Amino acid sequence: MAVIKINTPPTLQSIRRVQAGDEVVFTGRVMTARDRAHRWLLEHDFKPLHGAVLYHCGPMYRQTGKTITILAAGPTTSARFNHFTPQLIKQYNIRAILGKGGMNETVRRAFIGQGMYCAAIGGAAVYYAHCITEVVKVYKTDFGMTDAIWELAVKNFPVVCMMDSRGRSLFQEVETASTAVYQTFTT
Amino acid sequence: MLKIRGNILRLTGARPTRQQLVQAIVAMYRVAITELPADVTTALRRARQHETNPRAKYVLNMMLKNIDLAKTETRPLCQDTGIPLVYVQYQSRQYKQLELKRIIKDATTLATRQVPLRANAFDIVQGKVIGNYPVIYCKETPDTSSIQLLLKGGGSENVSRVYQLPDTTLGAERDFAGIEKCILDTMIKAQGRGCPPYSIGAAVCGSMEEASYRAKNRHLLLLNQHNPNPKLAAFERRLLKKINALGIGPMGVGGKTTALAVKFTTRYVHPASWFVGVSVGCWSMRRTTLHLP
Repeated sequence: MAVIKINTPPTLQSIRRVQAGDEVVFTGRVMTARDRAHRWLLEHDFKPLHGAVLYHCGPMYRQTGKTITILAAGPTTSARFNHFTPQLIKQYNIRAILGKGGMNETVRRAFIGQGMYCAAIGGAAVYYAHCITEVVKVYKTDFGMTDAIWELAVKNFPVVCMMDSRGRSLFQEVETASTAVYQTFTT
Repeated sequence: MLKIRGNILRLTGARPTRQQLVQAIVAMYRVAITELPADVTTALRRARQHETNPRAKYVLNMMLKNIDLAKTETRPLCQDTGIPLVYVQYQSRQYKQLELKRIIKDATTLATRQVPLRANAFDIVQGKVIGNYPVIYCKETPDTSSIQLLLKGGGSENVSRVYQLPDTTLGAERDFAGIEKCILDTMIKAQGRGCPPYSIGAAVCGSMEEASYRAKNRHLLLLNQHNPNPKLAAFERRLLKKINALGIGPMGVGGKTTALAVKFTTRYVHPASWFVGVSVGCWSMRRTTLHLP
């Protein structure tokens, strides 16, 4: 696996260099969004998200006074946001989405020439918490802290590119191959 | 006195006070969320040895690193502790069910603050998060009393299913081949979305909620525990092989390890009703047992 380091906000050029199957290591800022945030983001114009890296995550944290420490911050299932994402990519020029489990065909198409989808390792939440150097700001806390939009500073945040900007989706390849095996078992 | 060894906790001495029970259950949460049971870690290590796909190896490595970090730093393995599932077996001479349930709820609230747990219980009527709310199953027993805690992520809960046989879309009839099709179909639909390598619990019953209940409580068994029924043990082994031949792999990135274990049970079915429950557990299968005096 090739390792590609990318600083955020990423340039389109840096994203286009990445091929499905590469390990990508991010340093800089990422923004989180979950279910409620997605709906809200489509109905508003949220400046900090433009050109950003989006992380599907609802962190677990500890707060002492005003200081927030992230304890665990693994990815959540991306497929829940499939129906919001093509519009979100367009509206905010999202260059990369980090999440788990992959996204569908409409997202793959929306990312062609624009951005990529990377798999963070689900459940590796302490590991990822270590890569978060600072909670920069938490927006929309009225959604509850899990569903709020977190702006996080990360350092060497490792993921695997599963859907590149040329339209190759490894998740789709795995799904097709596994379905073919399933058919040999059931017919 | 509370003794902790691995993911087994034991309260010894006379009948514990309310306060002692609350403290012991908070300790259960702490152990469960920071330390995976040894059988799960062993299965993941073995999987890493077997994998040849570089992406699968990479993913398993990261999981094992995370397990070490969580244990040494006593940090939560995963931010998602799901909906806490609590299975109680109590001796009625010693304990009262209503009191135990209250204690478990209070301990859950305390654990949410102290451990801490992410607040996951959302009230759709009030439109706000209220903390965490455990699902508690109580059963009277003539044997010794115990409390078991199971935490599995919401991602794996979302890909769990219940089927009704016959299922014409799957071509699944009322036989073991049909049951097998249901479980394989669950895997095909889940792909990597529920955090594989999975623990699979499955059950066939005549009543829908019984099928899903029994499928889920299979997760209380150790991964390397064999089914006492030889016919079912063979069925589980065959199914595990087939699931792993699908090539979905850890986190769905491809590879040989899609599931770590399959556990199957069955109860009586009804002439009209055959339900197949398939409960999918994420790789981070967090469980602890508290033995009570």
